Amino acid sequence: MIDTARIDAIVVGGSAGAFTVLSSLLPALGPAPRVPVLVVLHLPPDRPSAAAAALGGRGQRVKEAEDKERIEAGVIYFAPPGYHLLVEPDRSLALAFDEPVHHSRPSIDVLFESAADAFGEGLLGVILSGANEDGAAGLGAISARGGLTVVQRPDTAEHPFMPAAALRAAPASAALSVDELRSIFAGFDTPSRDRGALDD
Amino acid sequence: MRALAHEVDLEIRLLLDAIYHRYQHDFRDYAVASLRRRLAQAVEHLGCLSVSGLQERVLHDPTAFPSVLQYLTVPVSDMFRDPWYFRAVREHVVPVLRTYPSIKLWIAGCGHGEEVYSFAIVLAEEGMLDRTLIYATDINPAGLEAAQAGIYPLDRFRRFTENHRRAGGKSSLSAYYRAAYGSAAIDKRLKKRIVFSDHSLATDSAFGEVQFVSCRNVLIYFNRTLQDRAVGLFHDSLCRRGFLGLGAKESLRFTAHAAAFAEVEHDARIYQRKA
Ligand SMILES: C[S@@+](CC[C@H](N)C(=O)[O-])C[C@H]1O[C@@H](n2cnc3c(N)ncnc32)[C@H](O)[C@@H]1O
Repeated sequence: MIDTARIDAIVVGGSAGAFTVLSSLLPALGPAPRVPVLVVLHLPPDRPSAAAAALGGRGQRVKEAEDKERIEAGVIYFAPPGYHLLVEPDRSLALAFDEPVHHSRPSIDVLFESAADAFGEGLLGVILSGANEDGAAGLGAISARGGLTVVQRPDTAEHPFMPAAALRAAPASAALSVDELRSIFAGFDTPSRDRGALDD
Repeated sequence: MRALAHEVDLEIRLLLDAIYHRYQHDFRDYAVASLRRRLAQAVEHLGCLSVSGLQERVLHDPTAFPSVLQYLTVPVSDMFRDPWYFRAVREHVVPVLRTYPSIKLWIAGCGHGEEVYSFAIVLAEEGMLDRTLIYATDINPAGLEAAQAGIYPLDRFRRFTENHRRAGGKSSLSAYYRAAYGSAAIDKRLKKRIVFSDHSLATDSAFGEVQFVSCRNVLIYFNRTLQDRAVGLFHDSLCRRGFLGLGAKESLRFTAHAAAFAEVEHDARIYQRKA
């Protein structure tokens, strides 16, 4: 249904109600997904960045994104609270302290638009549950640059507003249940015979 | 992995070249992704149709450049922003600074001055301000002017006061400003020890000999090449075993100078020049 072979990177955005969905999706990627995964979750500002640690399945490499760090396949990066996360044209990561977008910093639009510029057709954008419209313009940008876009089916989301807005901005997006999203993520798991080389 | 070339990035490159040759402000080694967003806002705000249109304006209308500069720089700050940083300064840096007969600090990329006055207050509280000179530098003349004026909306002081307390403040913040008509002006006593000046980490050279450089939330706007240049300037400006403080999400890890500094406090991003 979705051609994951052409994908070089995944970006995921979500807000209210996305945390539980994400914690069921990430383990499906396996311990060493074939591509890097970049995540922006809106979290209350007092919530520490422990979110990243809490979400990683066993054996997964999950970390807070650092400024000017080179992106590595197999690693799941989270935007640090209070900073925008962006992808530079050379595909390294950058943080910024610019004004919030849609009252959010980190903002999903900021990550998605910069990642769309850096990865073009090789990008998969995913919007999960949420109660504001951050991410809609970003998903539209990914779609416009030829990337693949999917949203959590609004009627399955705890807060349908964000995926519904994203669907309007990127009408070519597939609207999928959490199970369907999980099986897409599982497509990035590397078969265990390839894994030896990555593990050591 | 090969980066994709886009027309907009080409236009940005040309604009930055034009700005450099016309105004000697060098943004050519800034991180591109956030610049792209801010320039898109500038294009809209100045009523241009594209980044190329903005370039034409900047070249032919000298009054346009100061407004574009406001989009190229991000002055967002607070007094005692990231309070744990100032706590760590008090704990690890102040005891060493105290041993010097005269103290020099350099605050690079001082924005609207919030960080500068925070340092002045820490030093006043520690009884060291009278023998300290603080150099506060930035590339944005409008920002420097605001910093020098030291006047902020009064409603920001609730947050400043809370930060000051969490930073281990030993006095009441209200002793350092005077409120009137919804604004608050920083006390002249603090200003006496501060010299504001125009200095670019991209084009200017090292700055006298100082015992402490604080450069926070400036390096994230640079690419690795320019980060290396800036940290090289800090290294050359610091005395032996002088201190360097960076922003909460900045580190020396990816710079060419990592080995020349020792980490003093990881979370506060405070380093010390080795030799
Ligand atoms: C986000 S503010 C940081 C303010 C304060 N240091 C803090 O951490 O809260 C970034 C500042 O860096 C300044 N800046 C940008 N490029 C610079 C350069 N090449 N040299 C010196 N300052 C620069 C900007 O004008 C802006 O005021």
